[in-house]
Amino acid sequence: MANYIPSTKLVERVCAGDMRAVSRLISRAEAGVAEVRSALAEIYRATGRAHVVGITGVPGSGKSTLVGKVVQRLRADGRKIGIVAVDPSSPYSGGAILGDRVRMSEIGTDPGVFIRSMATHGAIGGMARAAMDAVDILDVAGYDTIIIETVGVGQDEVEIARASHTTIVVSAPGLGDEIQAIKAGMLEIADIHVVSKCDRSDAARTLTDLKSMLVLGALGSGDDWRVPVIGTSAISGEGLDELIDAITRHRRVAFETELGQRRRRSVAEFRLLKTAEALLAERFVKARSDRTAEYTEQLLARTGDPYALACALIDHSLKTEQGSTDDENT
Amino acid sequence: MARNVMSQPIRVLLAKVGLDGHDRGVKIVARTLRDNGMDVIYTGLHRSPEEVVTAAIQEDVDILGVSVLSGVQLTIFPKIFHLLKENAADDIIVVAGGVMPDEDAIALRKMGVREVLLQDTPPRAIVETLCRVVAERGPR
Ligand SMILES: Nc1nc2c(ncn2[C@@H]2O[C@H](COP(=O)(O)OP(=O)(O)O)[C@@H](O)[C@H]2O)c(=O)[nH]1
Ligand SMILES: [Mg+2]
Repeated sequence: MANYIPSTKLVERVCAGDMRAVSRLISRAEAGVAEVRSALAEIYRATGRAHVVGITGVPGSGKSTLVGKVVQRLRADGRKIGIVAVDPSSPYSGGAILGDRVRMSEIGTDPGVFIRSMATHGAIGGMARAAMDAVDILDVAGYDTIIIETVGVGQDEVEIARASHTTIVVSAPGLGDEIQAIKAGMLEIADIHVVSKCDRSDAARTLTDLKSMLVLGALGSGDDWRVPVIGTSAISGEGLDELIDAITRHRRVAFETELGQRRRRSVAEFRLLKTAEALLAERFVKARSDRTAEYTEQLLARTGDPYALACALIDHSLKTEQGSTDDENT
Repeated sequence: MARNVMSQPIRVLLAKVGLDGHDRGVKIVARTLRDNGMDVIYTGLHRSPEEVVTAAIQEDVDILGVSVLSGVQLTIFPKIFHLLKENAADDIIVVAGGVMPDEDAIALRKMGVREVLLQDTPPRAIVETLCRVVAERGPR
């Protein structure tokens, strides 16, 4: 343990913007080691400056490419940008290939940009917890805008997008005849809709389809914000300025309006519940071991039923855990 | 198995430096590592030492794996080590892969490259080697 720097020591360096400390603290947060909690508490109290932008859409819709282009332009204003790119882990091995950086090479050595790739690790709520901890750390390290890229396929991923101040949903032509956003339940969560790859001839169709869907549903039209639909091309640069303008306008909505206040409250609630879920699951997994075999036998022999045994297992697990952590709590 | 001390998947950054346009080999390695429970950050072709080191630091990887086919190893690795040292990131384990003559492999080891895994290294051996060097490093 000679080389181990305590997490609370890292906080000071994070505040000073030390890249090394930022990345190490994110790793510790991701691992969920108990030692990191007090450091994260300190971090959380110092957050609140950054504009958090979620970007989601099906795989291959052009999210990472778009982030690369948008960030390059945002950098021209001198804003520091953090990016958390989440990709799914393999359900078989638990490992992952995280390839989002490939599409962001133009910002790969910009000292004002911090890119962190993260795997979902298959844990319910666990990914949301870790991604939001990473956002906090980047916020405190002085990144003005933080972008979370998630694959919009599972509930958890969509929820992460919801946990941001501004949510961008990306649709693309050529990925199936339906608008993918509808299928994934992502139509409603967008503050900004993007149709990417507008250099392709079939993009016009995707744009009109999406616009008519939005009119039909009359979505997101309030006094403070009208949801724009923006066509972009990473090749020609079309729509990028318009998108940046929309992001900037929505930042103002998020921080200066009643609507934004409500949004920030619901983000806080989401955060609380997701963290609680993750902790509960972790506690259960840690504590469940000693009775699992016994209850399995009862279930197999049909001397017990799944609900009663599951209740007993939960009760027992959490009680055991309580006993073992009592001194830590008092 | 492929876990580091925080019982997280071992994080590996795979980078291709140099001018050659082949990444088939690296992609196969990436898949092997993923299938053995590691998190692999892939950065694409033609990366500069600056890009590779910046990515390795931001991603807080256990291992930086650099693949070379085009004979640039003796100029690329000194730059990588210099940048790692400059950023106080020399706890990141550097592993080389690809194709090179034996005397280059020896020179790279002298420079600080922990393992040289040439193109004919069986997948199993790659996985075992990476697990071993991370275990040997210990907590950080
Ligand atoms: N024609 C065209 N292709 C694009 C555009 N943006 C992304 N792509 C391509 O779409 C594919 C997926 O892009 P990527 O950014 O990785 O999508 P992600 O999975 O949503 O992050 C890549 O082959 C990109 O080169 C665009 O504006 N126009
Ligand atoms: Mg992507």
